[in-house]
Amino acid sequence: MATEKEAIISAGNEESIIVCKDVNKWFGSHHVLRGVSLEVKRGEVIVIIGPSGSGKSTFIRTINALEEIQKGEITVNGIRLSDNVSDIEAIRKETGMVFQQFNLFPHMTILDNLTLAPIWVRKWPKSKAEKIALELLERVGIHDQAKKYPGQLSGGQQQRVAIARTLAMQPEIILFDEPTSALDPEMIKEVLDVMKTLAGSDKTLVVVTHEMKFAQEVADRVLFFDGGNIVESGPPAQIFENPEHDRTKLFLSQILK
Amino acid sequence: MSFLQQKSKIIDWMKKNLFGSWINAIITCLFAIIIIFIAKAVLKFIFVTAKWDVIPANLKILMVGQYTASEVWRVWLSLSVAVFLLGVLWGVKRGVIKTVSFTIVAIFAIILLLPFTSIATKIWAAVQILLTFAGFWMGNKFSFVKRYHLAGWLISVPVILILLNGVGNMKDVNSNLWGGFLLTVLIAVVDIVFSFPLGILLALGRRSKLVVVRWFSIIYIEVIRGVPLITVLFAAQLLLPLFLGNGLELNNVLRVMIGFTLFNAAYVAETVRGGMQIIPQGQYEAAQALGLNYVQRMTFVIMPQALRSVVPALVGSVIEVFKDTSLVAIVSLMDLLGIAKRVVANPQFLGRQMEVFLFVAAIFFVICTVMSKISKHMEISSSYGKN
Repeated sequence: MATEKEAIISAGNEESIIVCKDVNKWFGSHHVLRGVSLEVKRGEVIVIIGPSGSGKSTFIRTINALEEIQKGEITVNGIRLSDNVSDIEAIRKETGMVFQQFNLFPHMTILDNLTLAPIWVRKWPKSKAEKIALELLERVGIHDQAKKYPGQLSGGQQQRVAIARTLAMQPEIILFDEPTSALDPEMIKEVLDVMKTLAGSDKTLVVVTHEMKFAQEVADRVLFFDGGNIVESGPPAQIFENPEHDRTKLFLSQILK
Repeated sequence: MSFLQQKSKIIDWMKKNLFGSWINAIITCLFAIIIIFIAKAVLKFIFVTAKWDVIPANLKILMVGQYTASEVWRVWLSLSVAVFLLGVLWGVKRGVIKTVSFTIVAIFAIILLLPFTSIATKIWAAVQILLTFAGFWMGNKFSFVKRYHLAGWLISVPVILILLNGVGNMKDVNSNLWGGFLLTVLIAVVDIVFSFPLGILLALGRRSKLVVVRWFSIIYIEVIRGVPLITVLFAAQLLLPLFLGNGLELNNVLRVMIGFTLFNAAYVAETVRGGMQIIPQGQYEAAQALGLNYVQRMTFVIMPQALRSVVPALVGSVIEVFKDTSLVAIVSLMDLLGIAKRVVANPQFLGRQMEVFLFVAAIFFVICTVMSKISKHMEISSSYGKN
């Protein structure tokens, strides 16, 4: 028993920060994830592409236990995901998530949105949390809006706040669930720019997106998802210029038209 | 704007809204006649026919019931605690609390200026006014007061109950003697203070993943909502002593308060649950993804939004509770209305029911109006970032 645990921990400390083995999920009788296996190295930038309904969003939501899985195992940062609430919370502490719909807390100011989790989960003193929050807001370019409410900002600004809120917890991993899909076209760039600077840092990123240019530019590895599993994976050059599978070719020809 | 302009504006408005068509004109005239008829009768009664001396003669009993006359200062002192806290709240929050504070101050000013009130009453009324402003000043000035004023409200409820009942060397005033407006307010306040947290817990329980907790909450809420308040009051009266056995004897007032609280909690729970249902799933997920635990998610993210969206409904239930306190008559307690009935039954004041009931109605009306005004204001200021 102890050796098994040690093995998992050492695996986490070594190279792979996320290890998924044979992940299966059903919504009722609908088999959404069909045995997905994936290892993500520390600091790696993974971009997941694929048609809608292919299970790619569901998959990254299993990594921080927003979706339960019925079969398989997931290990994040050395912690094996289980029903245990404290395990789940420990994983979420190190795994930030940025949502399609931003999901900022509308009743709090921007600053309070950023400091809530650091103060209560990381147990930082308020002054420290606020200092870091303001630095982050400066980094994403909305330093002067700290006292406003989310409803007073544009979609692009809200999404940048959401990214800053995730960064405020200083997570090892950040999951992006279609972060630009709900934005007006002219606001997509400002959010992608922030994400690009993140890709250059030492954080591990897993990004579900339809922004192919972004994938080509920043991904270390691109995964093509279809029918609830990874069809093909590899460096962006290989996936975009020289795809092996017909389904990948079809998808790319449709989307890059 | 000149007087003539104003006049023509009024005439325009009347033409448009009152005499727009033949039928409108006829309806307007008809109602005008009825209104004039009623208003004349009412005004004549209030200013000519009515013998208002029945109110000052019974003011003490209407306000505090049989409460020992020599100990009425304890009621005033309790009131002082409350108005001081209200003043602090005014200093901290401003907004609608200002209106509430001014209403309270105005009421005490009226008491102060009325010719028939005693010197002691006048002094106490003046003290209340001063304390309201003192509270405002402190709430405005000192940051520690700002931080802890909500705790003050929570502590004040048991402190006031103990003070009214008597502690230490003080003369014991059994709660069976509490009555009139005092009892009405006490039951309403205790009900609201305790049924809100209980209702929130029940709402959370009903959405809980734990089967036992969920089923307990569902059964509790549905059973309570399925029976009339009177039944619950009777049950509290007769069954509570049975459950608690012989060791613990609860007095009548306390049992009624428990009955009210248990009853109202079920309604608060359903209202709060409604508020929780309109919170988007994304809010729960964002809070989870940040690593907040269940209590933190509910306290900081879900409840503040859910409660804000149901403020009007919650204040509505507060107003209802306030009016429902009259039902305590059936378990032989004398609230404001109960005392009014007793005053009317007194042969000395035969035929004065109109005066007494109008007075009681005026009190209920003023308080309910102030409360619904608060709820309107909170409705407006709950649009985030615009208050």
